[in-house]
Amino acid sequence: MSILVIAEHDNKALNGATLNVVAAAQKIGADITVLVAGSGAQAVADQAAKVAGVSKVLLADNAVYANQLAENVAALVADLGKNYSHIFAASTTSGKNVLPRAAALLDVSMISDIIAIESPTTFKRPIYAGNAIATVESTESVVLATVRGTAFDPVATEGGSASVEAIGDVEDAGVSKFISEEIVKSERPELTAARIVVSGGRGVGSGENYHTVLDPLADKLGAAQGASRAAVDAGFVPNDMQVGQTGKIVAPDLYIAVGISGAIQHLAGMKDSKVIVAINKDEEAPINAVADYWLVGDLNTVIPELVSKI
Amino acid sequence: MKALVAVKRVVDANVKVRVKPDNSGVDLTNVKMSINPFCEIAVEEAVRLKEKGTVSEIIVVSIGPKEAQEQIRSSMALGADRGILVETTDDIGALEVAKILKGIVEQEKPELILLGKQAIDDDSNQVGQMLGALLGAGQGTFASVVNVAGDKVQVTREVDGGLQTVELTLPAIITTDLRLNEPRYAALPNIMKARKKPLEVKAPADYGVSASTKLKTVKVEPPAERKAGVQVKSVDELVEKLKNEAKVI
Repeated sequence: MSILVIAEHDNKALNGATLNVVAAAQKIGADITVLVAGSGAQAVADQAAKVAGVSKVLLADNAVYANQLAENVAALVADLGKNYSHIFAASTTSGKNVLPRAAALLDVSMISDIIAIESPTTFKRPIYAGNAIATVESTESVVLATVRGTAFDPVATEGGSASVEAIGDVEDAGVSKFISEEIVKSERPELTAARIVVSGGRGVGSGENYHTVLDPLADKLGAAQGASRAAVDAGFVPNDMQVGQTGKIVAPDLYIAVGISGAIQHLAGMKDSKVIVAINKDEEAPINAVADYWLVGDLNTVIPELVSKI
Repeated sequence: MKALVAVKRVVDANVKVRVKPDNSGVDLTNVKMSINPFCEIAVEEAVRLKEKGTVSEIIVVSIGPKEAQEQIRSSMALGADRGILVETTDDIGALEVAKILKGIVEQEKPELILLGKQAIDDDSNQVGQMLGALLGAGQGTFASVVNVAGDKVQVTREVDGGLQTVELTLPAIITTDLRLNEPRYAALPNIMKARKKPLEVKAPADYGVSASTKLKTVKVEPPAERKAGVQVKSVDELVEKLKNEAKVI
């Protein structure tokens, strides 16, 4: 058995999500090869080579892989993948975009968003917005899966000494082209990796109020900021801050939900947090049912008080 | 140009599902079923493109039990022109669905193929990408803006760091994200008209697909319960609990 892990990166640095995927791959107990497909991505390959548990890094460095277009990366993954028993990628938008395409090229079914590994062919994954956990067994020749990062503790970024092998394979499907991107800049920790997350919902009232009330709390705690779908749809904050079934899945040590009612969709993205605090003026809000501590009150007075006391 | 939209019949988004006591699956008896919310957005986008004059005909496809006709009729009430139901009660997965859709695409030759980004029951987020691979077509997944111009389509995608825009050569696959549009409600006269629109019934074998999925669901369990929390009366009490009891700050 040998495992191919698709590295997540921006051509400059390896994304932390890859460390969680390597951790999941280690549980299978086989050689781990990391594929870095990018453009000018030597630095990423060098970082990947140092990651604990990685035995080989393949670097496919070509302009066609610059923006991780699924059409090109999936073809490469499918080509290389024939030689592996498992192919894993992070359950990020990039992993979700590429891996199913590679699976179909290999003519195999794949498993999305695994949260536990029972055996090399048996995995657990959430279904119905996390309201049920399915145990799934694959009888395919190659097992492809995306890995939910928050379910596996990341491996160390140092300690490995893998060899880096440049490969010349180039797959250009020629049916898609990168035009532009708009990346939201933030000084705060990355949402999916943060130890503390402060999230606001419709209850915060406006985009202005979201920042006036929640920024000081996030600053004080060194927390990442999240939001419910209602807050995103109302235009309070950009969509990449959405926590939920259709947004990001987080599992921090502390999740503070402010002005969030707790729809099924939102709970799917945060109910595996270690400690959940709900601050809401509604005593009946469903979020209270999953909260470890809940406080009924007006967030406009409660949050500033909380900031002053921690 | 022709547009093909795939829709799935799923448990209504507001229903809290229960796992069967024998752990064979979730209990779907007497549970309200609806069109998957992401599929509804795909239908709405196709209808808007038709209203703009870009799309001339909308074909809506569903694969599943006989009752999935209801979801095809709902899509017709929103503006789809005709429907195809591929009737099956077999245990098929995303790959088999993609293979059936490939067969339909080869017959109907649509330029635009719209799907939801994921079904809210199995949460796989795979079919659109798999169909893209089988057809060798470009894929614009998690779309929040779609602009068709000539023989290309520009798709703005919701990615982890923000937004990314790609240009695809038609025919292309688009999977919809929640923010692409807000689906309309079907008006009663349109619901009546939808009953008269043509709906073909087919079988997976008509598209050369017969096998079930090679993923076996061993068991389905409820998630671990969280232990009940406590209501705190004041900010002081909250801070004290977080510091001394939970030790997270």
